[in-house]
Amino acid sequence: MLKIKNINTYYGQVHALKNVSLHLNAGEIVTLIGANGAGKTTVLNSLSAITPPKTGEIIFEGSDIAGLSPDRIVNLGISQVPEGRQVFKPLSVEDNLELGAYLRYRRREGRGAIRKDVENIFSLFPRLRERRKQMAGTLSGGEQQMLAIGRALMTKPRLLLLDEPSMGLAPLVVKEIFGVIEKLRGEKGTTVLLVEQNAKAALAIADRGYVLETGKVLLEEKASELLENKEVQRAYLGKDKKEIWER
Amino acid sequence: MQIWDPTYECMPREEIAQLQLERLQATLNRVYKTVTCYKRKFDEAGIDPEDVQSLSDLARLPFTTKEDLRLNYPYGMFAVPLREVVRIHSSSGTTGKPTVVGYSRNDIKTWANLVARFLTAAGVTHDDVVQIAFGYGLFTGAFGLHYGAEAVGASVIPMSSGNTEKQIMIMQDYKTTALVCTPSYALTMADRMERMGVDPKGLSLRVGLFGAEPWSEAMRREIENRLFIRATDNYGLSEIIGPGVAGECESRCGMHLFEDAFIPEIIDPETCEVLPPGSVGELVLTTLTKEAFPMIRYRTRDITSLDYSPCECGRTIVRMKKTMGRTDDMLIIRGVNVFPSQIEEVLFDIEGCEPHYRLVLETEGAMDVLEVHIEVTENIFFDEMKKQRAFLEHVEKCIHKVLGISVTVKLVEPNSIPRHEGKADRLIDNRKR
Repeated sequence: MLKIKNINTYYGQVHALKNVSLHLNAGEIVTLIGANGAGKTTVLNSLSAITPPKTGEIIFEGSDIAGLSPDRIVNLGISQVPEGRQVFKPLSVEDNLELGAYLRYRRREGRGAIRKDVENIFSLFPRLRERRKQMAGTLSGGEQQMLAIGRALMTKPRLLLLDEPSMGLAPLVVKEIFGVIEKLRGEKGTTVLLVEQNAKAALAIADRGYVLETGKVLLEEKASELLENKEVQRAYLGKDKKEIWER
Repeated sequence: MQIWDPTYECMPREEIAQLQLERLQATLNRVYKTVTCYKRKFDEAGIDPEDVQSLSDLARLPFTTKEDLRLNYPYGMFAVPLREVVRIHSSSGTTGKPTVVGYSRNDIKTWANLVARFLTAAGVTHDDVVQIAFGYGLFTGAFGLHYGAEAVGASVIPMSSGNTEKQIMIMQDYKTTALVCTPSYALTMADRMERMGVDPKGLSLRVGLFGAEPWSEAMRREIENRLFIRATDNYGLSEIIGPGVAGECESRCGMHLFEDAFIPEIIDPETCEVLPPGSVGELVLTTLTKEAFPMIRYRTRDITSLDYSPCECGRTIVRMKKTMGRTDDMLIIRGVNVFPSQIEEVLFDIEGCEPHYRLVLETEGAMDVLEVHIEVTENIFFDEMKKQRAFLEHVEKCIHKVLGISVTVKLVEPNSIPRHEGKADRLIDNRKR
């Protein structure tokens, strides 16, 4: 469904992504793992055109989307959940969700359908229903993350880009959120590209993974194989710390 | 027909290309960082892994040869520290220092899965009893097939090589259905059965998986006729992974090469140029999934050609022809690369020809001339000169079609060509250098 070939993305003079190529099949959960500054978020931002790549191809469902503006990309069915949630804090939970459907209002979709989808989000995250009138800024970190995901889902994406959904959350909440991600794939067939510092949790639900280092892809493998890879274990899963082997 | 891993074996060609590019770029980034030999070679060639933006850019990278492995003996080419290596194999080292290869835990799994693919393609299932008559040891053959057959779920008999009478006894008593060995050992077994008075028809044997040495179609027919089995071919070499690079499906029209794990190229062994699809030349392989021992453009010295047309079995991956010998066998006649096995193949396909032939090279003026001597048999003995001439012309035409050069075909007395295995005996080179 998505094919990226040789994208190069820069922040000013900094060459953040060097010839990154990757693909996602429909209905897959694929994770990008790597240390801070490896370029994981940049891949997502390149896809959604927040930091468009200078060169390279991005083919989504057969057409090249490199160079399109972010709103056009959302319109095509790609939706991003940004790092640090970035919910609209002074607005209510409900309003946050409805804002997610902004493009659908513009397309003159009926209010009824959008209301129905808000209810669907509530059944996915029942805790949001309890707090529907509450200001988003007063929610806990986990609830804000649920809201950010819910807001992205309001565009009815076929590809969901998730940036560090587990950041700063308690293990139980992480489990709940990752459970929802799996459910989304299972029930709606949503394809997910997941960026995570918590490599262990991400690899547990992902089909495949790419390991990034300083803007380059070092490995592409099945998630189960990446979990077995010693290099990955040492660098990203926190195992074997005592025996780091110096080359 | 069963397919072990349809996701990869039947992947649309366009998706294979994308996957190969991703894995190639990742592999290059990794070896550049972790294997000194590759870093040095790339730097000397003035190429950065970042310059590889398409599969055709692969041709810009330097080759890796057996010599590189010897220079880096024993562990210099490993891409992971030794404590992540769970298995070490090595070549026999008859012609110098042996070459040493290593496998990580994932590599062992990948390997078993690749072997399972060609076992399945050959028709082996969990109902089979697989007798492995490759030598267990440093050689990759036995362990490769062993783990692959276990992955399929077959009952594996780790018999190892040698002790032929015991092999035959076990084959009878344990009701072996699939035999794994070298093709020449299969014939040795057939000989021994004859002497022991064992009727191969009474065995449960139905399929043979032969490899580890080049063998001709004539040999395949002989094995099939004498052991009453289907004889299938597979290909691999320890430097790349061992068995599991390619294997025949039930259509037996070339060996499917597992392109999600390896990128094949065909080069002219003299000029090292990459040749277009379909050309005969030396096979060069790049690994895409190996962790411990990645190989970039390894020159296999094996001669073959690649066929990208779809196969009736449903697999979309490329097929490589049965290997036609080694680059060392290659003759250059009037500037054209010729492999004796190509001529053997042509002769074999012509009705009435027995594979007893000899090649004689002479210099006439400044030109190389190739004569092909064929023994007369009952089938090709004609009382009419006209018919005989027509037959010879037909053979010449067939050879010309394959080699692109004209040769002279002559008939010689029966049994006048010495009976030996091996190509060297079939060639007499009288050229003046």
